[in-house]
Amino acid sequence: MLSAIDLECIRGTRRLFAGVSFDIEPGQCLFVQGPNGCGKTSLLRILCGLARPESGEVRWNAEPVGALAEEYRAALVYCGHANALKDDLTAGENLLASAALAGRPASGSEMRAALATLGIAHLEALPVRALSAGQKRRVALARLALSACRLWILDEPLTSLDVAAAATLAGLVDEHLERGGIAVLTSHQPIELRVQARIFAFA
Amino acid sequence: MSAAAVSVGAAMAGVVRRDLLLAARRKSEPLFTLGFFVLVASLFPLSIGPEAELLRRIAPGVLWVAALLAAMLSLGRMFAADYDDGTLEQLALAPVPIVASVTGKIIAHWLVSGFPLVVISPVLALQYGLPADVIVMLMVSLLIGTPILSLIGSIGAALTLGVRGGGVLVALLVLPLYVPALIFGAGAVDQRLAGLSPAGNLSLLGACLALAALFAPLATAAGVRIALE
Repeated sequence: MLSAIDLECIRGTRRLFAGVSFDIEPGQCLFVQGPNGCGKTSLLRILCGLARPESGEVRWNAEPVGALAEEYRAALVYCGHANALKDDLTAGENLLASAALAGRPASGSEMRAALATLGIAHLEALPVRALSAGQKRRVALARLALSACRLWILDEPLTSLDVAAAATLAGLVDEHLERGGIAVLTSHQPIELRVQARIFAFA
Repeated sequence: MSAAAVSVGAAMAGVVRRDLLLAARRKSEPLFTLGFFVLVASLFPLSIGPEAELLRRIAPGVLWVAALLAAMLSLGRMFAADYDDGTLEQLALAPVPIVASVTGKIIAHWLVSGFPLVVISPVLALQYGLPADVIVMLMVSLLIGTPILSLIGSIGAALTLGVRGGGVLVALLVLPLYVPALIFGAGAVDQRLAGLSPAGNLSLLGACLALAALFAPLATAAGVRIALE
């Protein structure tokens, strides 16, 4: 279970949000909504431990994530605004490298299966530099198909995806939730999930 | 516990392998470093003239300074590329201590930007007419010294992440910290040239390496964490 307890975030001199609290149970998806600049990304970065809240804390299974450190990060996949892809490497190499960097090396066949899930198996040997924005996004999201992590935190995963890829992503999130996973995501487009997503809207 | 140890090793090896692969794909950056070293070291004989005795006298210092500047040249990109494309966030979120990933980056930086300097140094030393035993000593001192440059440099590279004009700032931050390595490294070669035992200087250079290997990754990891917040 992921719990946010009374989170407050200050950027510069501006208070982005305060008193943000929620609990997300296994199998649930939290859909964070709000206008540009309201603090969605800041909230997600706080949830995954990249940034520290001004006050309040994030708990994973009732333990503060700061104390869990590596144990929490082992349960977590974060897809941020940046794709974390290297232009000079191929799609396949990028996926293998990111799995290895995360300390969970993947085999060649696992990598190909993940790319196939996102419908980009044919791009495996192409350098990422040569791909379109949507294709790059698919390569970045292929990490989800590889991961057995309990918690997915996705910042604008639908950006530059076409309708088919958005449906694929929704399917991946559905399967993840059915396995008892937890997902937190932001998006300006609607995302069609089988499970009713809980909505957290910034005022 | 052993599973965790395996994944720390795997993550570090993964960083090293990826950075070497990137360097192999984009050969220009390692070649810039090497070319810079060769050029700077060649400018001195050209400007000072063919006085064999004088060239031999200044060779240890000049070659060491050239190596130091060349190693520094590539520091700006050490974390900046990963920072810009989001890979650094992913490294910070990997289920291993960030020190492990940072150490992997430092090892890769040395393999790409430090080790080639050691390999090419004998060729440059010939321009200065250094005898064979002194050339060997130059290589030994660079072999111990260049990892120090990568280690200390990584601190500067991490601290200047996201700062405009970071490249110049890295130089200002890091060059003073390179001074001990420069003194002991060039000193060892100097002593060999004078027919004395370089053991003292080499030991001190080794001590610098041990200290840097112990503390630099920790400081760099802290710098990276601050940059990501």
